[in-house]
Amino acid sequence: MKYFYVAIFFLCSSYSASLAIGEVSTFTLKNGMDIIVIEDHRAPIVTHMVWYKVGSADEPPGKSGIAHYLEHLLFKGTENLKTGEFSKIVAENGGSENAFTSYDYTGYFQRVAADRLNLMMEIESDRMQNLRLTIEDILPERGVIIEERNSRTENNPNSLFSEHRSALMYQNHPYGVPVIGWMHEIEKLTREDAIDFYERYYAPNNAILIVAGDVEPQAVLDLAQKHYGIRIASKKIVKRVRPQEPPKRAAIHTIYEDPRVRQPYIIREYLAENRKPGDQLEAAALTIFAHLLGGSGKTSFLGKRLQLDEKIALNVSAWHSATSYDPNKFGLYVVPVPDVSLQVVEDALDLALDNFFEVGIDQDHLKRIKTQIKASEIFALDNQEGIARAYGTALTSGLSVNDVKEWPNILAAVSAEDIMIAAGKVLNPKSSVTGWIRGPQEIVE
Amino acid sequence: MNKFLSAFIMILLSGLPVNAELIIHEVKSKGGITAWLVSDNSIPIISFDIAFKGGASTELDDKLGATYLMAGLLEEGAGNMDATAFSLAAEELATSLSFNSSRERISISAEFLKETTNQSIALLKAAITQPAFNDAAFERTKAQVLSIISRNQTDPRKIASNAFNKIAFESHPYGRPYQGTANTISSLTQDDMFEAHRQNLTKDRLFVSVVGDITADELLIILDDLFGGLPEKGALFPNVVNFKALGGNTIIDFDTTQSTALWGHSGISQNDPDFFAAFVMNHILGGGSFTSRLTDEVREKRGLTYGVYSYIANMDYANFYGGSVSSANDRIEEALDVIKEEWARMANSGVTEEELIAAKKYITGSYPLRFDGNGQIAGILTYSQTNDFPINYPQNRNSYVEAVTKKDIARVANRILKAEDIHFVVVGSPTGLVATE
Repeated sequence: MKYFYVAIFFLCSSYSASLAIGEVSTFTLKNGMDIIVIEDHRAPIVTHMVWYKVGSADEPPGKSGIAHYLEHLLFKGTENLKTGEFSKIVAENGGSENAFTSYDYTGYFQRVAADRLNLMMEIESDRMQNLRLTIEDILPERGVIIEERNSRTENNPNSLFSEHRSALMYQNHPYGVPVIGWMHEIEKLTREDAIDFYERYYAPNNAILIVAGDVEPQAVLDLAQKHYGIRIASKKIVKRVRPQEPPKRAAIHTIYEDPRVRQPYIIREYLAENRKPGDQLEAAALTIFAHLLGGSGKTSFLGKRLQLDEKIALNVSAWHSATSYDPNKFGLYVVPVPDVSLQVVEDALDLALDNFFEVGIDQDHLKRIKTQIKASEIFALDNQEGIARAYGTALTSGLSVNDVKEWPNILAAVSAEDIMIAAGKVLNPKSSVTGWIRGPQEIVE
Repeated sequence: MNKFLSAFIMILLSGLPVNAELIIHEVKSKGGITAWLVSDNSIPIISFDIAFKGGASTELDDKLGATYLMAGLLEEGAGNMDATAFSLAAEELATSLSFNSSRERISISAEFLKETTNQSIALLKAAITQPAFNDAAFERTKAQVLSIISRNQTDPRKIASNAFNKIAFESHPYGRPYQGTANTISSLTQDDMFEAHRQNLTKDRLFVSVVGDITADELLIILDDLFGGLPEKGALFPNVVNFKALGGNTIIDFDTTQSTALWGHSGISQNDPDFFAAFVMNHILGGGSFTSRLTDEVREKRGLTYGVYSYIANMDYANFYGGSVSSANDRIEEALDVIKEEWARMANSGVTEEELIAAKKYITGSYPLRFDGNGQIAGILTYSQTNDFPINYPQNRNSYVEAVTKKDIARVANRILKAEDIHFVVVGSPTGLVATE
């Protein structure tokens, strides 16, 4: 389930911090590159990641998809390595690798035996500033990302619905443009577009090195100095300031019809506060509010009411996207049972939300959520890559290491009153987009 | 201590370059329940990974989906707890329980804090031995399954895999959709749930793996408590079946911009002396890394797809050699042609020494990286057990890979890869491709 997955992802990524096994050390190189080392000596394995503080929300207008396209192109040749050689070296050293692009970041990683860290740093540092793109490399790769968009988006009405809703939510902010890009713009991306973006954003003072695993912090620092220390800081790197949303003046309602949709459902999203440096309380309250409302079909406020009592919903969930550079979304998802209309579930959802404020917070439920938060810090220790990702996501969203360490404590300290205040603020109909997705309706005269 | 320690193996994962120590115990309880255990007290958590063989493959045709629905109901109330009470209990403990089923498995996993061991095991036991299948939960979960089946009807990958299985295995249980059909699910009753439970959660098909902060002595008591009350024997397993589809194309019209293709022909058994040669060969052909021949030819050089893979499929009662790719409707024909060419090239000339060395380095070097986290390790142990691998398999596995030669690969490639036997199932509006009858 796509949306269920979203909710769970944010639970895990948010809670994994402040750790006993995962001792965290931080450094900064003279060229401005930040370094985070997370120790886990259970097995001689290391996760090596470089995160750039640039994502699709930093793309120039009309060039949507360029951040992601460039991510693909970083696997092509450099001054020192031929096309394909990077992946070959990783594979021959028994490593696995991949890369990812989001609105706020672009990341590259390898998982490999700890004694191969030196080599991984050497080749990762190389492609930070030595990329050499030929036309033979870039044209087929554009075909690849077009097929990636076909696979992920065009072939999936849920994805089309999702990017449609985001475009409506963000009237001015670039979060309204899909990370993978609009098809008509992807098709026109050029080598020059990729090189401009690369030269503008790929520099040590715009990057974070995260190393997690069986390593000693000082040894990582020494290796990083050797490999990343030689990269030259860019003067073009400035604090990211993106166009912000204007005041929201009216609720938006939209209906997306697609003949492939067999199960209609409704998603409502509200513009919501994200975690801010030194100021994470409101986001923490919203994260817990999402769990109270729709964390589990059987115990959450909406689940019990719409699924179990009224029996009008097949599935219900709620989520909050807490970790992002700019304000993000608080979402609600309801799937009606057969023969119950989307209008009926939307009305029931509205009534239920009103009722939440009358009834107030179930203290036992809040206590259970806090128990789970505490436990998830312990479970997180078993997932080296998860911890590394939690840091990467937070730090490319403008947060500090201290913010990451404090986050579980802030979640644990959230009071019922904090939640009611945050809930009252976020559930503002004027900042909402409500979407219905269904098959084409027959016209009734 | 007593007779439970029937095997104690220290496994040094000695492939280059990682040496990870992993000590796997095989323990056997007084009641005769066997489990594989890795005791590791570095974090105060415990993971259970439990599998029952059979799954949907043991169902009668008119009860299709019963196992899938039943497994989904295991977390919907047990003993005197309804669905909400059961979830509340798990939340209070911060224990995660998950229940899944597939074509030939029911898979149950549990992860909990050591300090909640007794309560977590009691909850797990209730789910496994005393599921309630009460009215409300039954009707609700049934409606959810019907919704999933309905969605699958317009999901290109699901359409393709359902069609592929039917063409490949015809009336054999593997040819059926394991989630059931709208008709069979609608006709299922609560009695069918009790029957599916009685027939599938039995000792003769049970495999247990445990990793975390727990000793063998502690586990032994739990094993009898959890599973001692299960019936000895369950439903009959299916017969062995050969891959039946002949070379050719099946095209299923679907209005979308990109065609989704699955393909396959007959495969190779894990017991075949050339299995590891085939395994290494497949890695080079299309085994999912960025460096495979299929990825290089179809994706990197021509930009025809985002992902192209081939795989050796080994089920309990069938084997086949398969693959998947997605390309725009006007490019899928070219993609399939390239795949067929690569299939034939490998069959005719095998691999180069350079490719073999690189593949071995990756396969042996990356193997220890898989043993990453308690839940992961428990899953690998269950996979080994259900495939009847010996307990020292993780120790020896890399040496089987190292032993493969160029000649072995040339021999097995020539024997099992048959470009003309490939049956493609394509869902979309492909241009140029012609369906065979």
